[in-house]
Amino acid sequence: MTEAPHRPAPLDLSFSRRYRFHGGLHLENCRAAASDQPILPAGIPPQLVLPLAQHIGEPAECLVTVGERVLRGECIAQATGKISAPVHAPTSGTIAAIEARPVPHPSGLPAPCVVIDTDGADEAAVAGTPDYTQLEPEALLEVLRESGIVGLGGAGFPTAVKLGRRNHVELLLINGAECEPCIACDDGLMRERAQDVIEGVRILRHIVQPAATVIAVEDNMPEAEQALHDALVRLGETGIRVLNVPAIYPTGGERQLIRVLTGHEVPSQGFPADIGIICQNVGTAAAAHAAVNRHEPLLSRIVTVTGDGVRHARNFEVLLGTPLAHLIEAAGGYTEQIERLLIGGPMMGYTVSTEAVPVIKTTNCVLAVTAHSMPAPPPAQPCIRCGRCAEVCPATLLPQQLYWHARAGNHDAAQDFDLFDCIECGCCAHVCPSHIPLVQYYRHAKTAIWAEEIQLRASDIARERHEARLARIDRIKQERAAQLVRKKQALSDKAAGNDARQGAIQDALERVRRRKESAGITPRNTDNLTPEQQQKIVEVEQRRRDRTRQQDTD
Amino acid sequence: MLTAIIALGVLAIVIGAVLGYAAIRFHVDSDPVVDQIDALLPQTQCGQCTYAGCRPYAEAIAAGEADINQCPPGGEVTIQNLADLLGIDPKPLNPEHGEHKEKTVVRIDEEVCIGCTLCIQACPVDAILGAPKQMHTVIVSECTGCNLCIPPCPVECIHIEPVPKTLRDWSWPLPAEARHD
Amino acid sequence: MEFRRFSSPHLPVESGVNTLMRQVLFALLPGIIYMTWLFGWGVPVNLLLAAAGALAGEAVMLRIRARPVGTTLQDGSALLTGVLLALALPPLAPWWIAVLGSLFAIVVAKQLYGGLGHNPFNPAMAGYVVLIISFPLELTMWPAAGQAPDLATTLGLVFGGGLPDGSTLDAITMATPLDSVRMELSQGKDLPALAAGSLFGYLGGAGWEWLNACYLLGGLYLLRVHAIQWQIPVAMLAGLALAATLFHLYDPLHYVAPQFHLFTGASMLGAFFIATDPVSACTTPRGRLWYGLGIGILTWIIRTWGAYPEGVGFAVLLMNLAAPTIDHYTRPRVFGHDSGPAP
Repeated sequence: MTEAPHRPAPLDLSFSRRYRFHGGLHLENCRAAASDQPILPAGIPPQLVLPLAQHIGEPAECLVTVGERVLRGECIAQATGKISAPVHAPTSGTIAAIEARPVPHPSGLPAPCVVIDTDGADEAAVAGTPDYTQLEPEALLEVLRESGIVGLGGAGFPTAVKLGRRNHVELLLINGAECEPCIACDDGLMRERAQDVIEGVRILRHIVQPAATVIAVEDNMPEAEQALHDALVRLGETGIRVLNVPAIYPTGGERQLIRVLTGHEVPSQGFPADIGIICQNVGTAAAAHAAVNRHEPLLSRIVTVTGDGVRHARNFEVLLGTPLAHLIEAAGGYTEQIERLLIGGPMMGYTVSTEAVPVIKTTNCVLAVTAHSMPAPPPAQPCIRCGRCAEVCPATLLPQQLYWHARAGNHDAAQDFDLFDCIECGCCAHVCPSHIPLVQYYRHAKTAIWAEEIQLRASDIARERHEARLARIDRIKQERAAQLVRKKQALSDKAAGNDARQGAIQDALERVRRRKESAGITPRNTDNLTPEQQQKIVEVEQRRRDRTRQQDTD
Repeated sequence: MLTAIIALGVLAIVIGAVLGYAAIRFHVDSDPVVDQIDALLPQTQCGQCTYAGCRPYAEAIAAGEADINQCPPGGEVTIQNLADLLGIDPKPLNPEHGEHKEKTVVRIDEEVCIGCTLCIQACPVDAILGAPKQMHTVIVSECTGCNLCIPPCPVECIHIEPVPKTLRDWSWPLPAEARHD
Repeated sequence: MEFRRFSSPHLPVESGVNTLMRQVLFALLPGIIYMTWLFGWGVPVNLLLAAAGALAGEAVMLRIRARPVGTTLQDGSALLTGVLLALALPPLAPWWIAVLGSLFAIVVAKQLYGGLGHNPFNPAMAGYVVLIISFPLELTMWPAAGQAPDLATTLGLVFGGGLPDGSTLDAITMATPLDSVRMELSQGKDLPALAAGSLFGYLGGAGWEWLNACYLLGGLYLLRVHAIQWQIPVAMLAGLALAATLFHLYDPLHYVAPQFHLFTGASMLGAFFIATDPVSACTTPRGRLWYGLGIGILTWIIRTWGAYPEGVGFAVLLMNLAAPTIDHYTRPRVFGHDSGPAP
């Protein structure tokens, strides 16, 4: 049983002991097949497909148009919003299309992509060459942001945003503990390019200014550990330590690794920065070095292609946007009919339905397996409540309870058992004697809960709009009614006003006539009228009277 | 005998007084039940329940005039939630009011629209943008799928379409064996 | 090329429910063999009857519930229930006892609740308890240890209900050690006198102690292959021993020594095979400790002060009732949370 975590006390930076987390599995490792050989460049495929969303956060906004020519390293999509990253052209070519294409995602749904027809010339955009190494941390952060670097360990969180939380960082932890079986990209990177990794770590350290900097590797990666040590010696670097951790799956997970090295647990709804730790993958560190010291944005990454479905398992240096088909070709093609094409490892990877999907920033491994090594799972039997799942859960959850409640659609109870603390590592499903696909239940429940929340918010907005509409209609009706009342009032006022005015006119005429009579004046123009003129006057008077009557009745 | 009656009477008065005091002193302000019912309804404002919107339906349920199984867009989930809230048994959706379908939205065919504003007047959530003799268009994000705009349209230019699916909406389906249970 | 979609994880898994059941049946073999040697042909007869009853009951219920019959029967859980029930029953009981018990266990205590994984009570013990309450006389028909009648007599007794040469049942059956202890103690005798008698062996009852040792062996094998976890057996035996030790120290003349309790009756069978039934037991590790402890203590209480000589069956059912509550209060602290959900 794990003891309660230490209070937010200062971290023990001596790293003299390794702590344990609850559960975990000892899995047979098979990365040697790929990492025993040097990394091979995968070459430039005829077409690159670059999704606009290769990271956590808002998708990038496309800056180019169809037909435009782009050069290697040119920014073709800019970051939008606070948590986002730009996308760059990995090689020179022409924009062939900007449309929805299949992307690496378990749903198989397409997403907006920029498609580049490569021209093979690999012409680079001309970049300025200031010496970035003397820059302030803020400026370095800006370089990383503009280079489109995201976490290359698989999650894809924009690195500049993560490093932005750099107040009071005690430990910069570089994660080289590749725990999932078969994945070898970090191992290969550390073996062959340890110097790049160390240079990158130096840059990150300069940005973050931690009290201690550590690179963690698993204890079954001796070559990588040795290569890192050699590089540290060559560079004369004494401020970075290389530590190894027991090879228990999933020690490579950020939270589990922090627990093993420091004994501290990252708070459930929080981040490592909350306890003074920033964790970055070794690949991200190497990319930071390329961005700052070689002025290269993130254009390629190392991908392990392995599994008994490909002829030659290897690590490749792959341009982003390379279709998987091209990679499989480079690995010698399929050995036979394959059962599954996985992106990621055998524990947390997801299947893709077509090899047309491209490699993106978060693609660390491509596993092609036949039915021999991974037969279709037998049908699930009822849960016998044996509790093996709870024994191996690294988050100390009760997977059995989560299963019952997720299956019943009882979302409140599932959340009560901390469903969202599940890291979907797959340990529970791996040991289940009834072969229940537990992780799928949890994923379904999580997405169903999110969908419900979105639905709730949408219906709240719909209610507000409806009520606003009803209020508006009501207001218009009332205004009309008030207007009617006012108009009626005005007319009756007018009528009353008319009578008074007529009376006043008559009085005035009477006064004038009397005055004229008394003065012996008779009006001239009404005397001696011809009968025709008399008739005309009568008609005009009549018309005038009629009009007055008409106005009265309006 | 007399003492028993007196004793029980006194007990009744005392306990009654305590309960009355507690009811006032510890009273918890909660939303009127109409608001609580309305919060559970999907706000489609379609009128399939025979009331002129979700709020009138909520008021009718609170007044005991309407049953809880009259809302097709809400479906079983809403019926279950209403049953839990009101402490009564859930029942199947009443087919007289329609069947539960997945949410759809509508789209105006701009080639055909004549700008008559009849659909704008019909939309209960003002999700159609337009003016007399100007082009009308549906704001898809606000459309609840009530379909009240379709009958008034004199040129039948409004079409029902499924909600556009993106990667963000997608969810893992329940594993096969659980779905057949 | 189109590839199928699967959910992670993708590594193939070796074990299965069938494997688990097979391992348990295998671990029971030493006990079954010794019990047959000790108590005669009645044991395999009971096993066959109970197994047949269990499988038949399960098949009929699965057909009624429209579930796949073949694959479900193959998982071995019904067979195991029948076997465990048979091992708890006296070898000379009439044939309908085993059949009735296994039918009740499978049909009522298991299938009516929803089948494998859904029963709140241990089916074998539910069947046993129903029998002992309804037919207390028939469940006392244990032969004397080591002096079991031959096959013909056994078959005649079990199926025919009568004895070949007119001799009475009393001549063949004998009280179990637990039974005798209760009777003698209630008649005022004290333990040292009993201990010198022929009923008692080195540790526990004569013959019974070796039977329990066989079950212990099987239990250790199950622990070794990780078919069961250590919490329940250890806690149950600890609870039993603790309660017995306390009272034995207090009054050695009237309370039996702990080793007697551990090696007599169904103690070992209960600890390793019956209480560990995962479906009806607690699931959290700490919860299992409390669960096992409770069974051990209740077993001792029922044996000492209760109306029945053997307490395992009732103790298990009582703790089955308490299992969900124990689970609720022993939830482990989740990674990244400050303290657990319930104290």
